[in-house]
Amino acid sequence: MSWPLSFLRGFMAAFLAIPALSACNPNALTEEEKEIVGSLSLASLPALPADPSNRVADDPLAAALGASLFFDTGLSGDGLVSCATCHMIEKQFQDSKPRAVGVSETNRRTMPLAGVGWSPWMFWDGRRDSLWAQALVPMEDAREHGGNRTGYAHFIAEHYRSRYERIFGPLPSLAHLPRNAGPLGTVEERATWSAMRSADRTAIDRVFANIGKAIAAFERSIVPPETRFDRFAAAVASGSEPQGDAVFSDLEMEGLKLFIGKANCINCHNGPRFTDDHFHNTGVSAVPGLPEDLGRAAAVRQALDDPFNCLGPYSDAEPKQCAELRFAVREGEELLRAYKTPSLRGAASRAPYMHAGQFATLEEVIDHYSNAPDAPAGISEIEGVIFTERGRKALIAFLKTLDVPESTTDP
Amino acid sequence: MKWPSRRVVLLAAALLAIIAIGMAAMHLVARPPDDLDLARSKSSANGIYAVSIEPEAEPVEQGKLHSWLVSVTMADGSPATDAIVSIDGGMPEHGHGLPTAPQVTGPLPDGRYRIEGVRFNMGGWWELRFSILSPAGDDEVVFNIVL
Ligand code: HEC
Ligand code: HEC
Repeated sequence: MSWPLSFLRGFMAAFLAIPALSACNPNALTEEEKEIVGSLSLASLPALPADPSNRVADDPLAAALGASLFFDTGLSGDGLVSCATCHMIEKQFQDSKPRAVGVSETNRRTMPLAGVGWSPWMFWDGRRDSLWAQALVPMEDAREHGGNRTGYAHFIAEHYRSRYERIFGPLPSLAHLPRNAGPLGTVEERATWSAMRSADRTAIDRVFANIGKAIAAFERSIVPPETRFDRFAAAVASGSEPQGDAVFSDLEMEGLKLFIGKANCINCHNGPRFTDDHFHNTGVSAVPGLPEDLGRAAAVRQALDDPFNCLGPYSDAEPKQCAELRFAVREGEELLRAYKTPSLRGAASRAPYMHAGQFATLEEVIDHYSNAPDAPAGISEIEGVIFTERGRKALIAFLKTLDVPESTTDP
Repeated sequence: MKWPSRRVVLLAAALLAIIAIGMAAMHLVARPPDDLDLARSKSSANGIYAVSIEPEAEPVEQGKLHSWLVSVTMADGSPATDAIVSIDGGMPEHGHGLPTAPQVTGPLPDGRYRIEGVRFNMGGWWELRFSILSPAGDDEVVFNIVL
């Protein structure tokens, strides 16, 4: 056989194979793409990881107490703020504001809570290593709940004594302790706290930690609801044609392919929660007028120094179980202005976006990824991908397939 | 059947080349080089040690913290029992390091070492670099892992 013929045969075979290989046919997924779709599906969500630092993490009584506390405005300095003031149940446990407002305005955007039990680090910068340690922060922040430690212990004794004691055992005696004292409060509260006996401070800290542990048990029950994308993915996984609302339009299909392909979104927004649980500098601008925000670079130290962390005296874990803390990257340029990759489930209907609400719409988010501006500090990991007008629309259409209808994020 | 003219064949060849280059370019963005060395046993850069690695549990899952077992022997096959092994790594295509700071958490018998706290938070090509220091010398070895 002469070479032109074999060459031509090879050419014909390659040519015929192209439609199956290339991304030109919007309605066909390659085997590799199907696998990625499966990895993003809610069906791939692993079992809720244990929290060995919280022995009541999976105790239903603790979760019930935590639910009551989460919605109780009594758990605040002025009696007006609860966790649910900002984490609103009917809004995916967030508030749709660029910066959260409790007693006053904070510097960051309220984070939605669906699936938070799977997350190893809390806050945009990961400055806490568990849900229970996290819950204690807003309670003492003057801009959020604005309360103090002895105040919270008295509140529990007066309003939740029997429920608390059934879970955690007897409350310490509080009669001799001041109404308002704590290490992070007003000058007066701090002075009163310092004047307390160390054993009393420890007893109060234990009650405080237990409040966090009950709230954490509740938060672990907030799971991401099924979306259109999951119904589509289920059909892909079973090799059947998607039916009903699981059918993707050509535009949605193109968006999906961009997301997991050329646009590289999947590098960070991966797995069934669409997050790698890690911190990245994506070049999001700083909000003028706010104090300098170093992101993860300032947060690692705070997590390590937190007395309520996994290695601390109020943790129920063995030190060797505190792997996240032990193996955390502690320094490096890549931590500067790095923030936790947010889940994209439900994102379409909960603008604004980013850690301080920098963008009002998904269009602005996509433009940001396309422009890939230099970071205000540190180095952005985003390499600009220029989207056509159609590509931009397609990505947004895909993100909308991950949306959750209002008030379906029920625990 | 008539053979296609030489011109048609040349045109076809040119077209095929363009398609092939285009597809290769697409793959370059998304994938590690096809001939990437994925061996889990290697000798170190200067040949001082023979090193093999294995994850404590297979398969290695994206996102999970996990451990690797590293076995270090001298060139003559005897175990390197008192080596100081340290680990580093990252994604060559993205220019970033590991998302965690894994550590050797205790030498095991027979020149084996457990590395705890490894996480691969993205799919794709990862490098794990081991530095090995013992009286025999200071050497390095790099393993490629594709998720
Ligand atoms: C004033 C509004 C406000 C209140 C009140 C509030 N939060 Fe938040 N919450 C936020 C903001 C803002 C963030 C992000 C803050 C940051 O990154 O610095 C956040 C973050 C979180 C996170 C981290 C989620 C993640 O994925 O990392 C959890 C969990 C959480 N809050 C739970 C609670 C609980 C429990 C309470 C009540 C004890 C509470 N919040 C009270 C606004 C609030
Ligand atoms: C290098 C990692 C990385 C890549 C790649 C990436 N993201 Fe993000 N994404 C993040 C991080 C980190 C944030 C939060 C940044 C911040 O608040 O400063 C974010 C935020 C978002 C948000 C806002 C969500 C919210 O709740 O505020 C959307 C929407 C989003 N990304 C979509 C995408 C899309 C679409 C792509 C692909 C074009 C993409 N991302 C690529 C890491 C990444």
